[in-house]
Amino acid sequence: MSDVKLLKGNEVIAEAAIRCGCDGYFGYPITPQSEVMETLMERAPWNTTGMVVLQAESEVAAINMVYGGACCGKKVMTSSSSPGVSLKQEGISYLCGAELPCLIVNVQRGGPGLGTIQPSQADYFQTVKGGGHGDYKLIVLAPNSVQEMNDFVDLGFELSFKYRVPAMILSDGMIGQMMEKVTLSPKKPRRTEEEIIKEDGDWATTGKTADREQNVITSLALKAEEQEATNLRLQAKYKEIQENEVRYETYKADDAEYLLVAFGSCSRICSKTVDTAREDGIKLGMIRPITLFPFPTKQIKEFAKQVKGFMTVEMNAGQMVEDVRLAVNGEKPVEFYGRFGGIIPSPEEIRVALEKQLFNK
Amino acid sequence: MDVKEIIAKGDLVYEKTKVLTDKEMHYCPGCTHGTVHKAIAEVIEEMGIQEKTIGISPVGCSVFAYEYLHIDWQQAAHGRAPALATATKRLMPEKYVFTYQGDGDIASIGCAEAIHACNRGENILMIFINNGIYGMTGGQMAPTTLDGMKTATSPTGRTVEQNGYTLDLTKMIAPLPGVCYVARHSADTAAATRKLKRALKKGFENSMKNKGTSFVEVISTCNSGWKMSPVAANEWMRENMFPVFPLGTIKDE
Repeated sequence: MSDVKLLKGNEVIAEAAIRCGCDGYFGYPITPQSEVMETLMERAPWNTTGMVVLQAESEVAAINMVYGGACCGKKVMTSSSSPGVSLKQEGISYLCGAELPCLIVNVQRGGPGLGTIQPSQADYFQTVKGGGHGDYKLIVLAPNSVQEMNDFVDLGFELSFKYRVPAMILSDGMIGQMMEKVTLSPKKPRRTEEEIIKEDGDWATTGKTADREQNVITSLALKAEEQEATNLRLQAKYKEIQENEVRYETYKADDAEYLLVAFGSCSRICSKTVDTAREDGIKLGMIRPITLFPFPTKQIKEFAKQVKGFMTVEMNAGQMVEDVRLAVNGEKPVEFYGRFGGIIPSPEEIRVALEKQLFNK
Repeated sequence: MDVKEIIAKGDLVYEKTKVLTDKEMHYCPGCTHGTVHKAIAEVIEEMGIQEKTIGISPVGCSVFAYEYLHIDWQQAAHGRAPALATATKRLMPEKYVFTYQGDGDIASIGCAEAIHACNRGENILMIFINNGIYGMTGGQMAPTTLDGMKTATSPTGRTVEQNGYTLDLTKMIAPLPGVCYVARHSADTAAATRKLKRALKKGFENSMKNKGTSFVEVISTCNSGWKMSPVAANEWMRENMFPVFPLGTIKDE
């Protein structure tokens, strides 16, 4: 049986979870990502891999089930969309504080509030800058295709377990709902308790055996000195992640005079803008941050030497553009073009914005 | 010289369970938490399940339960312990999983998680310490605070007009088909604590029989929050709380 399929982005999240040996999924229905749990329920992996799939009573319960499962050293995940991810922020902060690995998928929709069910990228700040309380970071992966929805499930778990920092796939309603050809990952078995201990160390709450001390998973430290030590440890990890895990992609950027910066579905639209501009003899290129944390700051800074100016395109009111401006640090102009509320910008209107804001300025 | 060397082998009739650590408890003198901790620890030792038991501690005074019971622990966000326990038990069905929550944690902020875990019939033991007050934050009103009772946030006494009625969570949970065992106990006398231990043991045993959730409430005192001596607090509890929260086995299937 071929592992090449035509699937929706949301369905692929479910398929990839089963295939990568995920131990548990805990979710709550919300548009436009409900197909993730629907697909899991249809596949019934508890009969094959033994994976637990549970519909929780709320987003709050779902993320706390993830917390409990992560405490056991298991590969656990949840998925939701923007309003639901807001509800999960408490749990996300605790997961970060307790240094637990897990995977969270946000198939973004327009906000604030109940907003729309159409695609949006308005949760960049919430995801990258820390939506919950306390100093923390998530490892944030931004897919721009159904194939990357597949690939980032395994990658997200891998990075999350490597650093014991929660990973987030920051997708949107467009990637979640669209169908594309996808090569599914090879199947990996779920890890046994012995394998978990061998690979990750004996830190999880699997029962205090006679040969080890008790394992306690907590994010509480009443003494300020202890809490600061935790914060310093977290910051050191984030620095290491920033140094080692930056992922990005460039498109026709080698000789570019102008550079678009876009992530996720916007980068797909921008690639079309690049192509048409090139047909007209304009040297336009693109850089696509794949990891939003860690952000490709150095790479963007490097491009500031080469190009005349940048334009960031987002489906929000201008969020990632702040990080682009920090990277460019005033060396060159950094313009912004965005649509929001569920509106998807067209390649043509991006071109118009480029002409107005960058080329003819 | 060690105590055991002083006591002749045949004369040793009682020993502190090894499931309790030697850490000095932070609880106020007279607090019920210490007694209940010891009861749980003794049950775990008697059942020989120390290596297979995972506790989920709450937010509140008993957040530090992991300091005193020498088992693996997860410390939950306020009210979320049943969600953690759900995932833990489902991912590791061979383990004994229990939650330990106060009344603010379980009956207020975590009411949804508690009811839904019970309604799903999670094979866990839920322990509910009800002293009618928020202890750790300084004695504020809880859903379980009695009508007329003075607290930091009901300084002239709780009223129905302002705050509604005293919540009997255990009574709400008992009819749920997912719940196999519901009991309400106290730990104010040796006899009461022995009964409580039997209930805890039953709860742990049920959790391995796929019978559903076991729910044990312990009517407790918070003499600091109530601003009473330990003895007076116990008397007040018997006089005022027992009539509202009557002790006994409510459900045993």
